[in-house]
Amino acid sequence: MANKYTNLCIAVTGLNANDNPGPGMAVIRSLKECFGDDLRIIGLSYESLEPGIYLKELVNKTYQIPYPTEGTAALIERLTYINQQENLDLVIPNFDSELFNFIKIAPQLKQMGIASYLPTQQQLALRDKVHLKDFGTRHSFYVPADHKLYTADDLQKAATEFSFPMVIKGKFYEAYIVYTMDQALKAFHQLNATWGTPVIAQQYIKGNEINIAALGDGQGNNISIVAMRKLYITDKGKAWAGVTIKDDNLTQLANNFALATNWKGGYEMEIMSTAEGHLYILEINPRFPAWVYLTAAAGQNQPAALAKMALGEAFEPYTDYQAGKLFIRYSWDHIADIADFQQISAFGEL
Amino acid sequence: MKLKSNIATSENGFIFNPATGDSFSGNGMAAQLLAAMKSGKTNAEIKQDILNRYDVSENQLDRDWDDWMLQLKEANLLEI
Repeated sequence: MANKYTNLCIAVTGLNANDNPGPGMAVIRSLKECFGDDLRIIGLSYESLEPGIYLKELVNKTYQIPYPTEGTAALIERLTYINQQENLDLVIPNFDSELFNFIKIAPQLKQMGIASYLPTQQQLALRDKVHLKDFGTRHSFYVPADHKLYTADDLQKAATEFSFPMVIKGKFYEAYIVYTMDQALKAFHQLNATWGTPVIAQQYIKGNEINIAALGDGQGNNISIVAMRKLYITDKGKAWAGVTIKDDNLTQLANNFALATNWKGGYEMEIMSTAEGHLYILEINPRFPAWVYLTAAAGQNQPAALAKMALGEAFEPYTDYQAGKLFIRYSWDHIADIADFQQISAFGEL
Repeated sequence: MKLKSNIATSENGFIFNPATGDSFSGNGMAAQLLAAMKSGKTNAEIKQDILNRYDVSENQLDRDWDDWMLQLKEANLLEI
């Protein structure tokens, strides 16, 4: 039976389902689960070997879009073309590094009939790794101490204050736990080369790693909060397996964050729960996590809720979810034809 | 001290703490004790039941019971 979501067309980025996956495929899986196979998914890719491009049962068509460094004019030009082909209803960006541009062009997208559900630039900036400690201090959150590193010499000061181990983090992605100055220097140079400065040195906090996926309504409330304890962690610090947990303190933490920021959109809090019971915020990612399908599996389909709210539906906050839902990520050799690779590489669409 | 009300247990001794994500595997005896604790029986009732069913002295049972409770406490499974 037709309803207002019939023939819905949603564009999604983050199709890089690799060992450090973007959230795109999990977002698409969640959307498909809610809206069914009628939903048309348009993948937005940056590179020709992002696996989602070739997963045709989940992604109907993919268009390459310009890298964030090319600016908003190039992005809007490309999205205008894509919209002419596809008549998009909604776009869900899933990379930290592209959010600045998408937030900036959101009013133009709206004029084109493309909805989005994003934080403001101010909200984006205040949870930035560079500002996180100050943010935590202002709002009485536990946040590990940090130093911004602009040159290798800055490492000495951080090492003196934190001692080893400490955590060296890239501006946008990646983090390494380092145990010696040699390792710290190597991590600094690697992250500086990849993401630029500042690189961040953060105090190492020992405890259990917990992540919270949440959806803020932009008015100080959360529509959904689902917490997950990491059970298997890759050498890049990513959860390869995890289980949903329920703890009022975690819920309160996410609610305090939404209240302090009026956050709008999906976000992820990376938490270290210490033996003393303190919940340290290690990072706040301004988009859904790659494990977001677990929220749907546990009873709170956050990507679908975001889509409905972006399209104007009033959405009652979820109140419960199932603890003990486990996800286990796996690798799979998907087979495609070299002609597909040639098509996306040469023409930027497949 | 009582078992936390939200602790999930299975018949084969698997224990899951939904607040922390911690999980444990217990043996058959642990499964029986957990089931009894969850049923609302007092510690005295559970211990008496063990004395009735097993060939164990009261002293030995008290020592084992204390050890059991210590393990539950260390595993963060008891109400504070």
